[in-house]
Amino acid sequence: MKGPEIAPRTMMKGNEALAEGALRGGCRFYFGYPITPQNELLEYMAVHLPRCGGVFLQTESELAAISMVYGVASTGRRAMTSSSSPGISLMQEGISYLASAELPCLIVNITRGSPGLGRITPAQSDYFQAVKGGGHGDYRLIVLAPVGVQEMADFACEAFELAERYRAPVMILGDGIVGQMMEPVRLPCPVDPGETPVARWAVGEWSRPRARRNLVLSAPLTDPELRQMNLDLQEKYHRIAQAETRYEAYRTEDAEMVIVAFGIAARLSMEAVDSLRDQGVRAGLLRPITLWPFPSRALEDLSGRVLGFLVVEMNEGQMVEDVCACSLGRAPVGFLGGGGGFVPTPAQIAKRALSMLGGVPA
Amino acid sequence: MRLVKGRPRCLTGAGFLYCPGCHHGIVLRLVAETIDELGIAAKAVMVTSIGCSVRCWTNLDIDACQGAHGRGLAVATGIKRASPGSVVFTYQGDGDLAAIGMAETLHAAARGEAVTVIFVNNAVFGATGGQMAPTTLLGMKTSTYPEGRDARHTGYPIRVAELLASLEGVTYSARVAVNSPARVREASRAVRKAFLAQMDKEGFGIVEVLSACPVNLKLSPVEALKWIDDAMIPCFPLGVFQER
Repeated sequence: MKGPEIAPRTMMKGNEALAEGALRGGCRFYFGYPITPQNELLEYMAVHLPRCGGVFLQTESELAAISMVYGVASTGRRAMTSSSSPGISLMQEGISYLASAELPCLIVNITRGSPGLGRITPAQSDYFQAVKGGGHGDYRLIVLAPVGVQEMADFACEAFELAERYRAPVMILGDGIVGQMMEPVRLPCPVDPGETPVARWAVGEWSRPRARRNLVLSAPLTDPELRQMNLDLQEKYHRIAQAETRYEAYRTEDAEMVIVAFGIAARLSMEAVDSLRDQGVRAGLLRPITLWPFPSRALEDLSGRVLGFLVVEMNEGQMVEDVCACSLGRAPVGFLGGGGGFVPTPAQIAKRALSMLGGVPA
Repeated sequence: MRLVKGRPRCLTGAGFLYCPGCHHGIVLRLVAETIDELGIAAKAVMVTSIGCSVRCWTNLDIDACQGAHGRGLAVATGIKRASPGSVVFTYQGDGDLAAIGMAETLHAAARGEAVTVIFVNNAVFGATGGQMAPTTLLGMKTSTYPEGRDARHTGYPIRVAELLASLEGVTYSARVAVNSPARVREASRAVRKAFLAQMDKEGFGIVEVLSACPVNLKLSPVEALKWIDDAMIPCFPLGVFQER
């Protein structure tokens, strides 16, 4: 199979960088249904996947797209889909099945704002849906939140390795800004999917010969087996939490006020931290990179020595609940945010942080 | 005495988990015989659905993948696209294929996916306790319409074999029944053709099998056989509707 054609260092839109990162990560199967603001991703795959010898298919619905991903994943090959909030809601059935059948794949959600139809305005309203389940049953997704175009490319590439290491679906959760913004990006080295080993559990002729049949099942036949399946899943999630929790700590070493934010809100908060430091306030930023597993330990450790946390997110307050839980009541937790397209400015963030410290009224 | 048919090699030996008089056992046996005759057990992948047919993976000793309710043909599309050397088939009931999964069914057929569909039509939702299906006959009593299906309220039964035959992507579409020995032999030939449509012609093949659900029809197994002749076949005529 031919490899990607794009120069290793180039200027790209976030959605396109993610698509190129996935191609370089060995993804050769994409299924999706158009929805703004992620259409560049779908269109990039439509052009470039066939050139790499892969399969692009525009499906009749998001339900079909995620089920086709399920089919490819059951053969042990690298497949992905992408969508935006209402489309991801339709995919939840398939995502729950992927989690239960322990199938690796990449799901991208470039979110819209608000429940229902929403608009294509930047928002982070799908945090709960991404990290608390979304579909039915007790399951978790590994959720990566990129802060810019470089991470869109890098995370797409890494997602397949993570997914295969744990036989679990991985989600990249970005908002309209990271999808639409352009930045220079250094693209990851391509992986040749032909060189990846055949999964021992995969179905299909290509994974032959082997002595026994392989089954990809969402549920076993008996209650004890079902109980065991659930226990095994929880044990796997525990291992993932131990090994794969990722976060970025920016100027937190001596911080008395720590801002907690993910994705584009973290990028804006980083500027607020610098401006607060210029004003003599010891501010820092903790950015969860994996929204699940959540960096609980890092927050717990900070909660013993900071004067407060300020959670900044572009929704009506979702991650703030996790930060409250991790702060164990030892530090006050403030919130700055809003749904429906609210994008906080660094000045607003700094002002709120100061007011929490008793400096300036908000 | 001469042995005409032995026990299919690709049956697992597990007991059939179906009610007395149910035709799933016959249909699965026909599929097993076809897989043996075509010598494809090592490359066959079965996509199971939800409902009574979900249990088929316990009986056929081949690779299997369990999709969500109605999504069988989307799952099959993914498997076939990723592993073109596989012989991929779905095993679906009427609720699965014609109600919740009609979009996936129509679009896979329209795309001409090189897969095979074994569609077991018993005119009722079996596993969930006898509710109305898209294939429920007019006047037929179900647990959700105890006075009988009324076209003015719930519309008309959907004839899947004819509907799919109208799509250019479909290579083979037939409807058979298994309520007599002669019909079982005819059904066996249709199953084989539906697999050959995939293997030789790289096309979409479907066999709709009229099937009895004595428990939910509230008929004895023998009465259910006659019910297929008297009630089902007049609505769902047997025959080949597409063969390219």
